[in-house]
Amino acid sequence: MSTMTSKIEQICARYDHDRARLMDIVREVQEAFDHVPREAFGLIAEHAGTHRVEVESVVSFYSFLSDKKQGDVVIRLCDDIIDRFQGGDEVGETLCKALNINFDETTADGNITLEKTACIGMSDQAPAMMVNDTVITNLTPEKIPAIIEQLKANPDPQTLITEVGDGNNADPLVQAMVKNNICEAGPVILSDYRKDAGLRKTLTMTPEEVIEDVKTSGLRGRGGAGFLTGLKWALTRSSPGTDKYVLCNADEGEPGTFKDRVLLTERADLVLEGMTIAAYAIGAETGIIYLRAEYAYLRAFLEDKMNQRRAANLLGNNILGKEGFNFDVRIQMGAGAYVCGEETSLISSCEGTRGDPTDRTPFPVVKGYMVSPTAVNNVESYCCAARIADMGPGWFSSIGTGKSTGTKLLSVCGDCARPGIYEVPFGTRLSDILERAGADDVACVCVGGPSGQMVGPAQFGLGISYEELSTGGSMMVFSNQRDILEVTEAFMEFFVDESCGYCVPCRVGNVLLKNRLERVRKGEGSQGDLDYLQRLGESVKYTSRCGLGQTSPNPVLSTLKNFRPVYNALVKDNGSGMNKSFNIMKAVEEASAIAGRRSEIFHA
Amino acid sequence: MSDAIKIKIDGKEIEARLGQTIMQAADEAGIYIPRLCAHPDLKPIGSCRVCTVVVDGRAQAACVKPVMEGMEIMNETPELLQHRRNIIDMMFVEGNHFCMFCEKSGNCELQALAYRFGITAPQYPYQFPEKDVDATHPDIMLDHNRCIMCARCVRASQELDGKNVFQSIGRGFERKIGVDGERALGDTDMAVTDKAADICPVGCIIKKRVGFEVPVGKRIYDKEPIGSDIEGVKS
Repeated sequence: MSTMTSKIEQICARYDHDRARLMDIVREVQEAFDHVPREAFGLIAEHAGTHRVEVESVVSFYSFLSDKKQGDVVIRLCDDIIDRFQGGDEVGETLCKALNINFDETTADGNITLEKTACIGMSDQAPAMMVNDTVITNLTPEKIPAIIEQLKANPDPQTLITEVGDGNNADPLVQAMVKNNICEAGPVILSDYRKDAGLRKTLTMTPEEVIEDVKTSGLRGRGGAGFLTGLKWALTRSSPGTDKYVLCNADEGEPGTFKDRVLLTERADLVLEGMTIAAYAIGAETGIIYLRAEYAYLRAFLEDKMNQRRAANLLGNNILGKEGFNFDVRIQMGAGAYVCGEETSLISSCEGTRGDPTDRTPFPVVKGYMVSPTAVNNVESYCCAARIADMGPGWFSSIGTGKSTGTKLLSVCGDCARPGIYEVPFGTRLSDILERAGADDVACVCVGGPSGQMVGPAQFGLGISYEELSTGGSMMVFSNQRDILEVTEAFMEFFVDESCGYCVPCRVGNVLLKNRLERVRKGEGSQGDLDYLQRLGESVKYTSRCGLGQTSPNPVLSTLKNFRPVYNALVKDNGSGMNKSFNIMKAVEEASAIAGRRSEIFHA
Repeated sequence: MSDAIKIKIDGKEIEARLGQTIMQAADEAGIYIPRLCAHPDLKPIGSCRVCTVVVDGRAQAACVKPVMEGMEIMNETPELLQHRRNIIDMMFVEGNHFCMFCEKSGNCELQALAYRFGITAPQYPYQFPEKDVDATHPDIMLDHNRCIMCARCVRASQELDGKNVFQSIGRGFERKIGVDGERALGDTDMAVTDKAADICPVGCIIKKRVGFEVPVGKRIYDKEPIGSDIEGVKS
């Protein structure tokens, strides 16, 4: 038996040959062989009880999985627009030079692979990159040669860490140079709190009373969609089914967001406490934290937290002596796919398939993970729930506005003096936040990330809330030095890369939007192209199947609305009556080449 | 029957049964909602979005949305017709569709839909992607140039043939239909008698040597527009 065969058998056996754990299986195969070899697809399928094409389907979906041999060391440079504006492109050029390769290539000795990746959640300390699971922040081109020398001498990326960050980033199980950058701690989540007091109170109540409290608090989902958490729990509880599940969405992929990174680092216990309260409320015994691959450096730390809670009877059987209340949590690692932050995609991924979203009738609260009632909530939502359980719904709803209660964690980044985490009561005006973050030259703020809205000074007086400026946490600041349409185009590139391709409008429409925007930016567009962008954007928004497609045209549509003069200047009619995108010299080039002579009429 | 309910499509009241999708109820009532990925023998997946309707103010795919008592559905509004046309155009430009050379011409649902919508040329620029042709199977050919990723073949193989010949691979614009073989379709257990061989709405899955048994001019949609069979139910 070859080593590959026996190794793959071992890995599959460790996951009980369970098809639903295919994500974990292929991740481990990749780790063992620096890729998932195509020759192994059939073998994995055989030992995981599925088909070869299903394995290929999964491997080809996630950007951190590859069927091509990679180096022992894979460098993934964050290609977010924030990183680019902080010098990411220059860092990239230096990397290519130092390694003597281009992106998506491996060094001649086969040791180091270089890739670009979408936002890795480090926009407050950009430019940043991942070296395998290790995160390196605040890069400059000058730092690169030494990093590469070090990696050539010792391929263990942890040896690059000379100084660890604050708080739990210094924990022996984390050892990351990441900084928390907590700029403002609000009353709900980042101030001191009584550990597990909420859970203890919860266990003296009936599940119905717990749900009622969450309803009364007005808590809405912190991922951005804003669904009422209490209602979600009530629906999950009342849906028929013996097995129910509590899922924590820690797939923080929205570019510019990093608040869940900080919560998982500094409030891991509060997250787990909130999940346990949810489990009690809906009647679940199993929980899953879906952790994005970019945050793999937190995995051991989180596993340890879970072990500590098991030892303290805060997880496991008869929790805190409550007879019959059993609940435990596992971590499901992602593998690089923004769409998996969409709850039905997240569930697909947890079930070991590609992260295609599924139809929302039935909803996950009725048929979710393993076709059972499932409550999927954001990391921050669980933190809020635990605090509501301790401090009471009245306390919580007294903070914020009528329809948006509590506080919101904002990840502020970009052109400001103090990027970082701001926990503010809902209703806080955008202008106040900009002032506190030291952003005094602001042309545009992207509120809610690419899927949100790009707003200009006219909107800075609006408040952060579900009814005015809604955001899952991302807040990117762009100064007057920035080209707003460069940002817009980068966001469209992001959606083109991250669309799962399941439905037509999102798969094709985003490519068409990006291409036409490119034309306009080159100064080859006309007023008609702006109408084209508007109409096409509306169709994609209106007809796409999931939240990704329904929000993907937002960068184009919100800039057309809020920054129209920028577009108008680019499509100004030059009076020639000609279509500016048509280049006659280029059009006759091929014919001239075939004829072997230049055109008599059109030549330089 | 106790599960009989009433719904409205474009203001017209029709009978429906609980458990039906909007599309099934509309079909029975003789109202055609355009579609491509949906097929009566397969579970609906809502991937093409051509059947987008408005239900109580919200866009929904009629093929997957179940009916409920008193539902008000908009189907043929100018806005919806324009969105659908845009989606059909997108399918034309994302692939390489050359109807005049295609043996599916006249039997092709994409082509027929385009005619029904009065499309003579797509409004978007052709993307001219490079796609493979897989002719390794003795009886069946796969021309990915014409694939619209409706996944009918994926479902038919699983649901009707009890096999698993096809699955989606890749993502985004690079998404394509993969096959359950080491290299190509010839390595799979696909048979020409499989239901999956007959289910493709376009000219991607083609049976070899029978392409022109029915001459052009005498094919399904040469005779009447797509949807006529449904609209004829009640006439």
